[in-house]
Amino acid sequence: MQKVDIAVVDYGMGNLRSVSKAALHVANGKSVVVTSDAAVIHAAERVIFPGQGAMPDCMRELDARHLRDAVIDAAKNKPFLGICIGMQLLFEHSEEGDTAGLGLFKGNVKRFADKLTDDLGEKLKVPHMGWNQVFQTNNNQKQAHPLWAGIKDAARFYHVHSYYAAPQDNAVTAGETEYPVRFTSAVARDNIFATQFHVEKSAAAGLQLLANFVNWKP
Amino acid sequence: MLAKRIIPCLDVTNGRVVKGINFLELRDAGDPVEIAKRYDDQGADELTFLDITASSDNRGLILHIIEEVASQVFIPLTVGGGVREVEDVRRLLNAGADKVSINTTAVLNPQMVKDAADRYGSQCIVVAIDAKKVDNQPYEWEVFTHGGRKSTGLDAVKWAQYMVSLGAGELLVTSMDRDGTKIGFNNPLNRAISDAVAVPIIASGGVGNLQHLVDGVKLGGADAVLAASIFHYGEYTVQQAKQYMQQNGIEVRL
Repeated sequence: MQKVDIAVVDYGMGNLRSVSKAALHVANGKSVVVTSDAAVIHAAERVIFPGQGAMPDCMRELDARHLRDAVIDAAKNKPFLGICIGMQLLFEHSEEGDTAGLGLFKGNVKRFADKLTDDLGEKLKVPHMGWNQVFQTNNNQKQAHPLWAGIKDAARFYHVHSYYAAPQDNAVTAGETEYPVRFTSAVARDNIFATQFHVEKSAAAGLQLLANFVNWKP
Repeated sequence: MLAKRIIPCLDVTNGRVVKGINFLELRDAGDPVEIAKRYDDQGADELTFLDITASSDNRGLILHIIEEVASQVFIPLTVGGGVREVEDVRRLLNAGADKVSINTTAVLNPQMVKDAADRYGSQCIVVAIDAKKVDNQPYEWEVFTHGGRKSTGLDAVKWAQYMVSLGAGELLVTSMDRDGTKIGFNNPLNRAISDAVAVPIIASGGVGNLQHLVDGVKLGGADAVLAASIFHYGEYTVQQAKQYMQQNGIEVRL
């Protein structure tokens, strides 16, 4: 089998072109492969796990392609980047369709409350869509997470979602966003980093995070 | 907090960006890939491409353009125009579009909006509503299709709610009365729709100066503002627009 540096997991949900193109843009000669082959995921040096659409569909499609074990294995053993639903799927459970996730992080995925308003009383829309600030948290470590290197605190990233993850252990929170409640928009533990926002669509800040991931040695 | 978005719109026909007045009289405005890169450099929050190619022969061109833009520009890309079936949505997403805008087909076949949202997720389904002020009707604004030529008898506000119920994740609301006129958005129309639905709305049609963008957000309740000619002909940069909005108390990504 050819050597794969970065595998983008394709389980039929959402637009993987954007993710692979952005990864390729910062890959610095490393190979990027979009794959639904468990063997390729096993062999890859690092794995990106994206996702769009509804969580029940995502879990169903993941299992239909027999990729659950390969994803869990990758998340336990090699640099692993979850994006959007690819972050939500790492949790135990989602309110969306009352769906069980992969359980790699303890906690639930919740829906934004109805009838949210901003400081001026203007209605806040759901989905939460657009560029919002991400406040970096340092996991009670002395240093910021290496994937934040070169990215200003409170930099804006592109979000599109109606649900957000609520980790049971807030030590895994690596980034937070306000809408209007403060929620966890990035988690990190060992070799896993996952973002609710779309790094592949977040211009310079997103490309920097992806480049940091490509070079990350957890 | 969440920033209001500025979205330059590129009307594309036969591989070139053009701009018309009231959907007519097209003027050439340049190469789509070059223009997309320029707007990205200026800090555009998203880009919208509307394929207004009339002949089906040249429709494939938009896919090549999107592929090329998507490999160089890493912000959300929306593509609309001539989207007739779920297969069109798939092709555009595969080319690198992040969202697909559905207009005339939504009126002819609302089920297609639902099918596309079920298959690819509401986050990538934008329904474009072209509305015009009408008299002697039980409603104030009516939905038009086919680039503003055909009336539908549909109340634009109720139509917006129906589209969201079928799975539209965002609405692109264009005032046909204002498009190309440079006299400002139709803020009462945008406000009526924004208040009636839970999803974000993009105001479109009529921007002539930067105050119009501010008014679109403050008066019209828009979550994003779309403009074409003020950017295409170099009157303002996206950066200038954002600075002006920020000076007027609107949160933007600078």
